[in-house]
Amino acid sequence: MSSASRFTSFLKLIEGPQTLGKGPKFWSGFGVVLLAACAYPFFADSYDVGNNVYFFNWLFMAMGLSLIWGYGGALSFGQTAFFGVAGYAYGVLTINLGDAYGLTLISLVLAVGISALFATILGYFLFFGRISGVFLGIVTLSVTLVLERFMAQTAGPEWAIGKARLNGFNGMGAMPSLTIPWPGGNIVLYPDVTLYYVTLVLLLVCYLGLRILVNSRFGNVIVAIRENPMRAEMLGYDVRKYQLATFVIGSALAGLSGVLYTSWGNYITPASMGMTAASLPIVWVAVGGRSDLTTTLVGTLAVLIVFQSLTIYGSQYALIVMGTLLVITVLIAPRGIVIALLSPFMRRKSKLEGER
Amino acid sequence: MAILETRQLNKHFGGLHVTGNVDFALQPGEMHCLIGPNGAGKSTFFKLILGEHLPDSGEILYDGEEITRAKPFERIRKGISVKFQVPGIFKELSVQQNLTIALQHHVAPEILQEEIDRLLEFLKLSQDRKQLAGNLSHGQKQWLEIGMAVALKPRLLLLDEPTAGMTPDETFATGEMLQELNREGMTLLAVEHDMAFVRQIAHQVTVLHFGKIFAQGTIDEITADERVAAIYLGEVDA
Ligand SMILES: Nc1ncnc2c1ncn2[C@@H]1O[C@H](COP(=O)(O)OP(=O)(O)OP(=O)(O)O)[C@@H](O)[C@H]1O
Ligand SMILES: [Mg+2]
Repeated sequence: MSSASRFTSFLKLIEGPQTLGKGPKFWSGFGVVLLAACAYPFFADSYDVGNNVYFFNWLFMAMGLSLIWGYGGALSFGQTAFFGVAGYAYGVLTINLGDAYGLTLISLVLAVGISALFATILGYFLFFGRISGVFLGIVTLSVTLVLERFMAQTAGPEWAIGKARLNGFNGMGAMPSLTIPWPGGNIVLYPDVTLYYVTLVLLLVCYLGLRILVNSRFGNVIVAIRENPMRAEMLGYDVRKYQLATFVIGSALAGLSGVLYTSWGNYITPASMGMTAASLPIVWVAVGGRSDLTTTLVGTLAVLIVFQSLTIYGSQYALIVMGTLLVITVLIAPRGIVIALLSPFMRRKSKLEGER
Repeated sequence: MAILETRQLNKHFGGLHVTGNVDFALQPGEMHCLIGPNGAGKSTFFKLILGEHLPDSGEILYDGEEITRAKPFERIRKGISVKFQVPGIFKELSVQQNLTIALQHHVAPEILQEEIDRLLEFLKLSQDRKQLAGNLSHGQKQWLEIGMAVALKPRLLLLDEPTAGMTPDETFATGEMLQELNREGMTLLAVEHDMAFVRQIAHQVTVLHFGKIFAQGTIDEITADERVAAIYLGEVDA
């Protein structure tokens, strides 16, 4: 095959059996949403735009969980662990290295790399130790909570890496924002319109890249493993390698969320890895429809916005609503509410039917 | 040289001896049936060959090479393939996708669709390619799984009750299909309860009873053996 036709067949994977949205209708809808997202800063106060980047920051982690859990079938409670590890790593690196010469961008890559490395080590023990099902959830949750406990006790001055104080329960602050080196003045990505567009582009790249991934041969294998790991192995696939790779990619996306969040707010706390934080991604992804990237995105955004507006009335109250939402989803629409709402309109039913 | 050989193979679950000192050899090109009462250890024997369970002692050789402790996927890549007793198809994926997953690692992308179409035709599932595999009839599920096992183009195909739940017509068609594969050079080892089917396909028959090889011979020798008839009626102890 020529490299050109190889490239087109690669691009064709943007649609496929593992993603719901396809055809002109979907892509025109997608275009409209994207245009609206691009136009939004023109109609809103730039302070609000910068604030609302908050919502985008979490979507990478949600897509990562969709990959690990929805596609791969492994329920991980560890997303916020990788979020936290990358967030703290970004803080430590940038506080020590500073924000000149694009060092914040290098720190971003390194921090995501550190969370991926951590995921590789943890995932190795999980998958090569044949831990699966509920136990995978328990172990990943334990690791997350241990990290939270550990970070929470780092208040003393002895807990510092170079210039960076970890600050225990209060969290680490004052790390520089992501900064793009530019001739004639660095572009500092404060919570503002520029950061909004940068995050939007990252989001678009990750979303489309993941669509290609799940529709590729690799994606075929990970859904096969979700359906029946023994059968997949008996077709000649090294199941554990695929599980590990999926886990690392999904966890690294959580790491990316962690870096973006830390840079956006110049702040990261141990609570970002606590029990509440660890369970929220499960709610977002389950409610939307974890087995599809698009429904995961739509569901996560919707739940985040509802959660945020409820927090005005008190965060405990908002959490109760989240819990209720999860229970309702599990009972009424186990595949996710967005997927349940869509199913009457979908002609291509094969991905929607079934379950139970 | 035997394509598959087990030497003094043993496996127990707790106090239950499920495979006892099994010495078994299968010649290339053979079509061999494994029979025995429920719980005789037939499926366990398959799982030992495949590496789903590891034996307590003994050896397994494939093509003269020891594979006793090899990982399941490694054995598959050497040329063994299996149809499980309970179909292990990917229920929430379409029929077409089930076959894609079985084919994609050894078929070039340019001819993948062609191969899928050929297999669908062969399995008489062309009409159902878009169907979720979980929605197929029981017989069709069996066919699909046989198709996935065959798709790997194995040298040795293990079939655990390939015709369970099939109508007599379907059973006969399955037999013809297996004979065709055998003519093309594939070695087959099948666990079967349906004696008409065994008669249709098997060159050699092995009877397993309480995890031990109880009798071995042609189908006529086996059916003439009164001791074999007796174990099916529960009159012979281990
Ligand atoms: N994983 C296991 N743990 C414990 N006991 C097992 C296990 N697998 C099988 N057994 C037991 O081993 C014995 C043999 O089981 P096996 O499935 O190999 O029999 P079989 O000959 O295939 O029977 P059938 O004709 O019913 O399929 C049975 O008594 C079964 O209960
Ligand atoms: Mg059996």
